[in-house]
Amino acid sequence: MRRRLRIAAAAVLAAGVALGSAGCSKKNDDEGSTGEGGQIKLVLQTFQNFGYDQAIKDFEAAHPNIKVEHQKMGELRDFQPKLVQWLAAGSGAGDVVGLEEGVLFGYVQNPDKFANLLDLGAGELKANFPEWKWNNAMTPDGKKLIALGTDVGGLAMCYRKDMFEKAGLPTDRDEVSKRMTTWQDYIALGKEFKASGKVKAAWLDSATSLMQPYVMQNSQTFFFDKDNKFIGDTNPVVKQTWDLGLQMAKDGLTAKTQRWSADWDGAFKNSAFATLPCPSWMTEGVIAQKSGPANSGKWDIANIPGGGGNWGGSYLAVPAQSKHPKEAYELAKYLTSKEGHLAAFKEAGAMPSDIAALDDPAFKDKTSEYFSGAPIGKIFGESVKNMKPVFLGAKHQQVWETIFEPQMQAAERNRLSSDAAWKKAVDEAKKATS
Amino acid sequence: MSSTVGAVPPTRAASPPPSAPLHRRRSYRLGRWDLKYSPYLYVTPFFVLFGVFGLFPVLYTVYVSLFDYELLSGTKEYAGLENYRLLMQDAQFWNAAYNTLGIFLLSTVPQLIVALMLANLLNRQMRARTLLRMGVVIPNITSVAAVGIIFALIFADRYGLINWLLGTVGFDPIAWRDNRFASWFAIAFMVDWRWTGYNALIYLGAMQAIPKDLYESASLDGASTWRQFWTITVPLIRPTILFTVIISTIGGFQIFTEPLMYGNGLVRGGVDHQFQTLAMYIYEKTFTGNSEYGYGAAMSWLLFMMIIIFALINFVLVRRSVKGDKK
Repeated sequence: MRRRLRIAAAAVLAAGVALGSAGCSKKNDDEGSTGEGGQIKLVLQTFQNFGYDQAIKDFEAAHPNIKVEHQKMGELRDFQPKLVQWLAAGSGAGDVVGLEEGVLFGYVQNPDKFANLLDLGAGELKANFPEWKWNNAMTPDGKKLIALGTDVGGLAMCYRKDMFEKAGLPTDRDEVSKRMTTWQDYIALGKEFKASGKVKAAWLDSATSLMQPYVMQNSQTFFFDKDNKFIGDTNPVVKQTWDLGLQMAKDGLTAKTQRWSADWDGAFKNSAFATLPCPSWMTEGVIAQKSGPANSGKWDIANIPGGGGNWGGSYLAVPAQSKHPKEAYELAKYLTSKEGHLAAFKEAGAMPSDIAALDDPAFKDKTSEYFSGAPIGKIFGESVKNMKPVFLGAKHQQVWETIFEPQMQAAERNRLSSDAAWKKAVDEAKKATS
Repeated sequence: MSSTVGAVPPTRAASPPPSAPLHRRRSYRLGRWDLKYSPYLYVTPFFVLFGVFGLFPVLYTVYVSLFDYELLSGTKEYAGLENYRLLMQDAQFWNAAYNTLGIFLLSTVPQLIVALMLANLLNRQMRARTLLRMGVVIPNITSVAAVGIIFALIFADRYGLINWLLGTVGFDPIAWRDNRFASWFAIAFMVDWRWTGYNALIYLGAMQAIPKDLYESASLDGASTWRQFWTITVPLIRPTILFTVIISTIGGFQIFTEPLMYGNGLVRGGVDHQFQTLAMYIYEKTFTGNSEYGYGAAMSWLLFMMIIIFALINFVLVRRSVKGDKK
């Protein structure tokens, strides 16, 4: 009996120890540990496609004592909640993590979760970035920098050259740019496109596509004022775009597809619309992939109506829980340097926010084969120079993606009247931000 | 061999040591303890593990639900039952409960009936029986995410397979996501596709345990196969039916991945939350935006209670409607 008890106790203990040690070894793995031969392992976590495969190889070649494990965490909305949990739990987050512009401010408000990059020597890099890109990652008191800028969005108008030709519109990108210097021009051209009756496609993919570029051009705030208070209902520019987009839908100019859905993908493949406002990350990364090789050379890129502007862009931060903050900073510094930016641009079309990289021929003279040889470096580079900083707020992404955009789509598909959808969006947003 | 059984060990029988009564009493006591307590010891590992990984999280959820808990900033204020009070007034929560119940009924009822029929067919003598039996579980070993993606494409609003088929025979396309009932149907369809075969196999296992002579004598009495199915098969596998109903209730109330994939990965569950389930709403509150852990914990706890209540209701309903033999 006694022996049996002892065996049972030992079994329980062994199970506990096995589980415990399994948990521990996992944890060590995640936090990055010292591997064979004194090598340091750094974990880099990014979402979507940062285009860092080559840049990491170059970094490892220059730092033989560091091994980088790049964890690609899927889409932002999958990665974001996980990162918050890891930061709160104090383990699990990588040594370097990607933060998106639309959620960045939430992290700036909780800066103690991140290493102060100024302490690690980031001060010397300030001149490399546009001022607003740098300041966005700075705490309001200016004492702590939590992240370094990676890409910026930039803006242009992608259009289907073949459809323009069929409808009797100009096809040359300079001429197209001239025909739509303002959004009113753009809508008028759309009406002309439709009136020709020669192409069985809509002018624009969705009424909601106008929101981002239009607000970014015409306001310094979006859904939140600079005190992070919700102003989506009172910011006149937001309502203007809302009405403009839904008017286009009413005039039959939009394909009424829900962005980022299977139907949207189908609409690309089936050539269901002729134009799409596109930030640079959307060109090779989204449009080329979704439209597929069959439509290569049919797209082209013109200037965005209403002048420059920004849409999206990311940052790299070093969580305070990193065991190797110095090396992690080195990695972040390299990836946000001119070389890192240019490599990412080459791989994923992510547009540099590093000023030297913007002027580098590798970026400036870059053309895109998929987009009929459009000089994307020149077009997007110019749109960034006209860029004015826009304050987004901590919950921008949430308010836009889960509240305003779906309600606007509901109105577009006549599920709700525009007024009812607007009221619902505002009510929901107020509830979510209170 | 059998001759040695029960043979008394020779040493003890020959000369019992003087301390025998004491020793015997002690070994008797040990033996009694063995009978009494060692079964508990054998099941201890499970309960220890369950306590650590099952019970503790449940109880901790109750604890967290009493706080106003925001994750990133780490704020944590005692709020008492405030979260529950807010929950009672939260229209979106009740909307999610309504959706969950609707999808649950729409998926479970046909699923279990079809599974029962399918099991009955598979229980017959036929060629390639094993192959067919294995075939019905194939949907179940497919990843939920893959099923979700494929079915989201099939039920897509504009370029989906079903709307295309409807179009070729001259029907209007169905707004699979905007229409509440259509979205429920599509999600229930995914669940059924995956789980019908699984349940059929469980039923089949139970059916095979029914003695064949029952059917033989029923046939001699002139009972039709249909009659045999209802008066022999169904009552005799009643415990199994109860089991599947309870398991389906638990799974049905926790449904998350299918509607999530169906809604293009947005936890919102359609523009008007028309197919947002409870699990999705819990995720939305707990992990996106504000990370309201306290509120999410309160909801999780309420969902737990709901599952228990519904499982009990189903238990009673099924036990009443499927009458077993009275013993």
